[in-house]
Amino acid sequence: SPVLWGGGWSILSMASQMLGAPQHEVSQKGAFCSRTEESQPHLSKTDLTARISFFVFLFPWFGLDIGGTLVKLVYFEPKDITAEEEEEEVENLKSIRKYLTSNVAYGSTGIRDVHLELKDLTLCGRKGNLHFIRFPTHDMPAFIQMGSEKHFSSLHTTLCATGGGAYKFEQDFRTMGDLQLCKLDELDCLIKGVLYIDSVGFNGHSECYYFENPTDAERCQKLPFNLENPYPLLLVNIGSGVSILAVYSKENYKRVTGTSLGGGTFFGLCCLLTGCSTFEEALEMASHGDSTKVDKLVRDIYGGDYERFGLPGWAVASSFGNMMSKEKRESVSKEDLAKATLITITNNIGSIARMCALNENINRVVFVGNFLRINTISMRLLAYALDYWSKGQLKALFLEHEGYFGAVGALLELLDSA
Amino acid sequence: MPNLDKWGISLNLSFIFFLLTGGSLTKLAYYSTVQHKVARVRSFDHSGKDIENEPLYEISVQEEITARLHFIKFENTYIETCLDFIKDHLVNTETKVIKATGGGAYKFKDLIEKKLGLKVDKEDVMTCLIKGCNFVLRNIPHEVFAYQKDSDTEFRFQTNHPNIFPYLLVNIGSGVSIVKVETEDKFEWIGGSSIGGGTFWGLGALLTKTKKFDELLQLASKGQHTNVDMLVKDVYGGAYQTLGLSGNLIASSFGKSTTADKDFSLEKQSSPKAHLMVVTGRLIPALLQFYRIDDTFFFFFSPHLRTIQLQCFILWQGEVQALFLRHEGYLGAIGAFLKGAEQDNPNQYSWGENYAGSSGLMSTSPDVYPMQRTRSGTFDMLEMDRLERPLVNLPLLKDPSTYIPDTVDLTDDAMARKYWLTCFEEALDGVAKRAAASQPDSIDALQRAEKFRQKYWNKLQTLRQQPFAYGTLTVRSLLDTREHCLNEFNFPDPYSKVKQKENGIALKCFQSVIESLDSLGWEERQFALVKGLLAGNVFDWGAKAVSDVLESEPQFGFEEAKSKLQGRGSSAAEGPPHKCALIFADNSGIDIILGVFPFVRELLSRGTEVILACNSGPALNDVTYSESLIVTERIAAMDPVIQSALREEKLLLVQTGSSSPCLDLSRLDKGLAVLVRERKTDLVIIEGMGRAIHTNYYAALKCESLKLAVIKNSWLADRLGGKIFSVIFKYEVPCK
Repeated sequence: SPVLWGGGWSILSMASQMLGAPQHEVSQKGAFCSRTEESQPHLSKTDLTARISFFVFLFPWFGLDIGGTLVKLVYFEPKDITAEEEEEEVENLKSIRKYLTSNVAYGSTGIRDVHLELKDLTLCGRKGNLHFIRFPTHDMPAFIQMGSEKHFSSLHTTLCATGGGAYKFEQDFRTMGDLQLCKLDELDCLIKGVLYIDSVGFNGHSECYYFENPTDAERCQKLPFNLENPYPLLLVNIGSGVSILAVYSKENYKRVTGTSLGGGTFFGLCCLLTGCSTFEEALEMASHGDSTKVDKLVRDIYGGDYERFGLPGWAVASSFGNMMSKEKRESVSKEDLAKATLITITNNIGSIARMCALNENINRVVFVGNFLRINTISMRLLAYALDYWSKGQLKALFLEHEGYFGAVGALLELLDSA
Repeated sequence: MPNLDKWGISLNLSFIFFLLTGGSLTKLAYYSTVQHKVARVRSFDHSGKDIENEPLYEISVQEEITARLHFIKFENTYIETCLDFIKDHLVNTETKVIKATGGGAYKFKDLIEKKLGLKVDKEDVMTCLIKGCNFVLRNIPHEVFAYQKDSDTEFRFQTNHPNIFPYLLVNIGSGVSIVKVETEDKFEWIGGSSIGGGTFWGLGALLTKTKKFDELLQLASKGQHTNVDMLVKDVYGGAYQTLGLSGNLIASSFGKSTTADKDFSLEKQSSPKAHLMVVTGRLIPALLQFYRIDDTFFFFFSPHLRTIQLQCFILWQGEVQALFLRHEGYLGAIGAFLKGAEQDNPNQYSWGENYAGSSGLMSTSPDVYPMQRTRSGTFDMLEMDRLERPLVNLPLLKDPSTYIPDTVDLTDDAMARKYWLTCFEEALDGVAKRAAASQPDSIDALQRAEKFRQKYWNKLQTLRQQPFAYGTLTVRSLLDTREHCLNEFNFPDPYSKVKQKENGIALKCFQSVIESLDSLGWEERQFALVKGLLAGNVFDWGAKAVSDVLESEPQFGFEEAKSKLQGRGSSAAEGPPHKCALIFADNSGIDIILGVFPFVRELLSRGTEVILACNSGPALNDVTYSESLIVTERIAAMDPVIQSALREEKLLLVQTGSSSPCLDLSRLDKGLAVLVRERKTDLVIIEGMGRAIHTNYYAALKCESLKLAVIKNSWLADRLGGKIFSVIFKYEVPCK
């Protein structure tokens, strides 16, 4: 997994590097793209596609998803820039590209997930690579502040953003950065992103996968899943909180429910319980813990299975239930607590997802969101729990680009909107 | 367990049941036969004696044995004390088995078997829970309530619907189980969550210095969950309104508590609160949606987590109706008890909550909570008295499912509540004095009266702070509580002597009243009869204004009463005679003898049959069924009309099944209901403040009804826009 890069760097330095180059005025204020020919006023979509080569969308192409905890940024790096184009390109565009593509970490908190990079993608007639970058939401004000100082607005008059932060920071973007945010619906973007990435695949591999024998450490296998015909689909997005969507077609979907017990809860509780300070640290601890010391299982209460209701003895009856007792509190480690937190949150999401799937009569459940990043414990548990409690009726699926679909969707909206 | 002492030797345990929760609380259910004193009246054999100077009948106090169900909650640390208690009182030596359920059944099995020499027999906990739930829904009128957060009345009690199924039971113990209940025996587990009470406690103990459950609850009630939870407005900023979102919705529980956020400093109190918010979660709405239970009851209850759940479920309250149970914690114990007692036919009995022996619903206010808890390890009790007769609806009720006996809801009406509580407080000394005076031969009467005074005073104080403690607070519940408290201290009938004397005096006047009535013309007589009925009703020791007059003017008579009456009522006696009239009588003495009987006589002579319903047990100076038998017998001896009506079964005396000065038409003796139906009753007369004003003022019946009373309380008179001693005469004909 990507490591933090350099101590003294901050998001500020990242932005100043990005925007440090001299400014160039751009003439078409308020437009999404600049046209090479000015005389094409009314074009249908077909015309547009046919004549796509006549258009150059104003670079840089960004999609932004500002969540409760993390900001997800996708950046399209054009690889087919002609010499002519390069000539015309403003300096700070070049420096942005160079900065983003030549680094894997930005400041102390920004990270590029290199392993997720999508290569040789064709987007809007342009060939290039798609980069996936994230940084914590609490660095957002600094990010905007920098944008303002460096006249980011001169480059790009509108920025497509989704997530709650698109609303929260809209005012700041406008007043501090002179930037008009184009706010996009979170769920629209999410679905758009999922469907798109799945359709283009992951550099020749399948984007979608599942686990076989999830509870068996030896035999557990991650296998590709063909999601060619994706509908209907239950989409469970686990960010800070959780949203569950039932998707029936590209346009037809609904938000079924959600829960506030999500990744934010896991990380927040772990911080309180173990004193850890990063998500990675919390997961690392969890991987060494034993949650059955912390949780009260069905067998702890009933001595075995609870047959009247068909509950197996290993099922958790009360999360953290053993912590009611002083002796047991004293005998657990921080790792056990981290593991129990992870299991609690994961089980809860699994059981809500199961109910929704039953309710909507959908048997494929796709889990996305950054909670699942480097979190095989949760993925395997979800896979197992869904299979067990549905008696094999439900299948848990996962996507390689976990938390980035909203940002991808925002980028696609930007390109579609022309 | 000091609270157990009070039953002393009069208690015989015959069936015991434990609900042992694994955590901290044990619930004990046992069935006992309680020996207590009841007042009995018996006719003298008058042959060859001087009737003039003898009292009308003999009053004796006898021991009666009634069945009572007890439910106690106490902390596990007291279990040994409890077992000792059981051992001392276990009289039924045939008992070989003790029933237990819950996780703790394993933990304490050996201890119980060793101490009591009984085998522990385990019962399925959910089956018991559901059985218990059905039982309280059927037998406790104000069992179910909805919670409204920002309302004057936090607790809104529901009247029990005659059909309780289907409903969803959400049981929050250490974990959460959700069960769909379709009939008495048919139910299924439809889901659950491991995030429950145990999670709250466990996490709370880990995150704060507080290690005890109740202290955690208290801490939580003071905390601000928004300090740790990430709300929608934290994510969306101020813009959530335009999106139609509530900014206070939690986006991510504990989402703000990441130490990466430098601004975050944890207030220790906030965390448990946040955690309780977590416990409720989104699982339940999802389940509901799946099972499409939207037109049914939905019980969301928990043995220990009440307070906070109340505050959190409003998050999704818009989607379903969440209802709570007052006796949530006892359901398992009640159910298991019933399961053990299955050989008994439950349809033979009715059960009623004993207000004297039950502790009320706790407030959400942390200021009240600890005060209630300091007494001992026992902190919550419920007692149910068994009535040996089934109670049913009056068949003439227009709509039993919407019938509410009580006229004013004092939980709702703060002004009225203040008035009535004060009124009962002020009358209390007098009641205690009278109770003591009613047993002049008893050495400890004064002490018992003082204990009664103290107990009822405490109940009133509890109700001042927590009006909802025993369900909807009404004048009726205040009156009933007083009766239960009197009974508890062996004052079964403080007015027995007064009633005896007044019945004697009134009987002596009966003939002259009849004669003067008979001398009147028809129209005049009807008016005089109604006036007499109302005048008789002035004689009510229950009303403070009247008892003041009666205390100061012992000679206060019927004529004076008539002259005190304000205004006049109109006569209902016009038109064709009725087939059968049902009369609910009120007071002894002048009321029944000189007011009701002449009226009954008039009805009989018009060809209308009469069912005269009197209370089964004593309440204030209300005439009881057994007294009414003697009085009627004596009147019949003087009056041929009454005599032949009795002989021909045109005048029937029945008991109501109640021992309350008020009247709940949905809980009446089955015999009465049968008779009402058989005789095709087409007129119901309800007499007195308790029965016609405090209750049933708005009761709608299928037949003609007459509600009459004299307002013997100036505040109430003011409220109703009249003066004290004004007359309420409400004649209602149902719309066709």
